[in-house]
Amino acid sequence: MADKDQLIIESGEAAQPFKYAVGMPGSKFFAETRDNKRLMGEKCPKCGRVYVPPRGICGKCYVKMDEWVEVGPLGVIGTFTILRFAFIDPETGHQKPVPYGYGFIKLDGADTLYQHYINIEDESKIKIGARVEPVWAENRKGTTRDIEYFRVID
Amino acid sequence: MAKRVAIVGTGQTFHKSHRPDVNGQEIINEAVQRALADADLKIKDIDAIVIGNMDHFEGINYVDCWSVDGSGGVMKPVIKITTGGTTGASLAIGGNHMVGSGMFEKVLVIGWEKNSESDTTGAITTAFDPIWDRQVFAGAISGLAAEAQGYMARYGASDRDGARVSVRDRKHAMNNPHAQLRKEVTLEEVLASPMLADPIHLLDVCPRTDGACAVIMASEDVAEKICPKPDWIWKTAARHSYAYLGDADYGRLVSMERCAKEIFQKVGIKEPRKEIDVIEMYQPYSFAGLIWIEDMGIVGPGEAPGYIWDGNTDMGGELPVNPSGGVISCNPIGATGLIRCAEAAMQVMGKAEGRQVPDVNFAVSTGFGGCWWTDMLLHGKKKPN
Ligand SMILES: [Zn+2]
Repeated sequence: MADKDQLIIESGEAAQPFKYAVGMPGSKFFAETRDNKRLMGEKCPKCGRVYVPPRGICGKCYVKMDEWVEVGPLGVIGTFTILRFAFIDPETGHQKPVPYGYGFIKLDGADTLYQHYINIEDESKIKIGARVEPVWAENRKGTTRDIEYFRVID
Repeated sequence: MAKRVAIVGTGQTFHKSHRPDVNGQEIINEAVQRALADADLKIKDIDAIVIGNMDHFEGINYVDCWSVDGSGGVMKPVIKITTGGTTGASLAIGGNHMVGSGMFEKVLVIGWEKNSESDTTGAITTAFDPIWDRQVFAGAISGLAAEAQGYMARYGASDRDGARVSVRDRKHAMNNPHAQLRKEVTLEEVLASPMLADPIHLLDVCPRTDGACAVIMASEDVAEKICPKPDWIWKTAARHSYAYLGDADYGRLVSMERCAKEIFQKVGIKEPRKEIDVIEMYQPYSFAGLIWIEDMGIVGPGEAPGYIWDGNTDMGGELPVNPSGGVISCNPIGATGLIRCAEAAMQVMGKAEGRQVPDVNFAVSTGFGGCWWTDMLLHGKKKPN
């Protein structure tokens, strides 16, 4: 071996299986998207903020939330970007297909932003404040993929 | 017994995109040797070590143990701190707490990263919630792009305003032999570089870097014996702002505002723009150079583009930002926040050579990371009251 050889060990074809528990509020949320095509948020009894994704506690007030309210399904683009660079998706171990629209959707009735794909067929329509609707998947399994993407409707 | 804390020595590697000539322990050791030499100390003088990186980048989870051949931690108390992008700044705050507690007189603080050894974006994505955040998330750039869109929509800023910040930092990097990217860029080159995630071009954003930084902190009992003009740590603060990515206020960095308010209020700084002499900001992309100095209270909301176009944050301006060239010129992530701290310390100590800002009384360094998290340190020439 020559002195100047700089050796590197590579991972090759590696896989990392996972099994994540969604938790109680998330399980209820995804049961609703799967069975009823409904989006639900949790409302704080103290400050009235509606959280999507749902979570058990309002972090601002430190109180438990157990009131569920329906939100959306329509909303507006709160903010967004269009991803154009290729990168490895750690969920799959493969390159993520680009470009894609990354939306932070302000669902009607919610006080937080819900992240999802935005259809970018017509990029000129992708603006903050644009009105959007979800496109539901045929086969819904109780994951964020129960919605295929949001699309601009005006 | 609480002690005042000073930085008495710093050391950095000459940061590069890829250092296949050294492994992790060896790159750590380069920074450690330089910091010890700067403080004229030996490893036997060090009482404890704080070390960190963003450990899922290299996939080495016991860095505190694994690194001792490089850190010099054999038979010393060693603790690991790893807080994502803020790691380097959290290390500095942790070192400050250890010395300030009175339990350790001289602490060696080490931040490092070999970003070349894995996929940065893939690794960053694993720092986010697997159920709600990962489906569309694309590492640091996606969230930052959403922030820039929010700011531009709210205040009418343009991608030229962002590009001006890149031009500044890349120019400043010419004065810093440790920076990775040492080639000036023009506004036109920034705007013509490939669009990564609208509105962020390739030249708006930080590179991936291999590098390490070490800082030696000492208590007031010995600091001035080691270093006649040490850098006193006046105050530190840390804030975070959300549970899930969609909870944040896109267009404002609330954590920066809260850190700045806490520190400036406690110290009695009323006009930060006039009273602070230099800022080393963990600014991972150009638009943060606009948004975050507003949140820090340097200028009002929407005023940063004008302030920056007028040259106020350039070397020689009213308040130079990132004399080192900043994160856009160099980003070994776990070291990056600590490099900001070290660079601010060098400014206060008068050791910043070609990138020295004259007569620095107060300097600010920051860290930034994952959940719109800010760490902040106020550095000063005088011993705090
Ligand atoms: Zn509440």
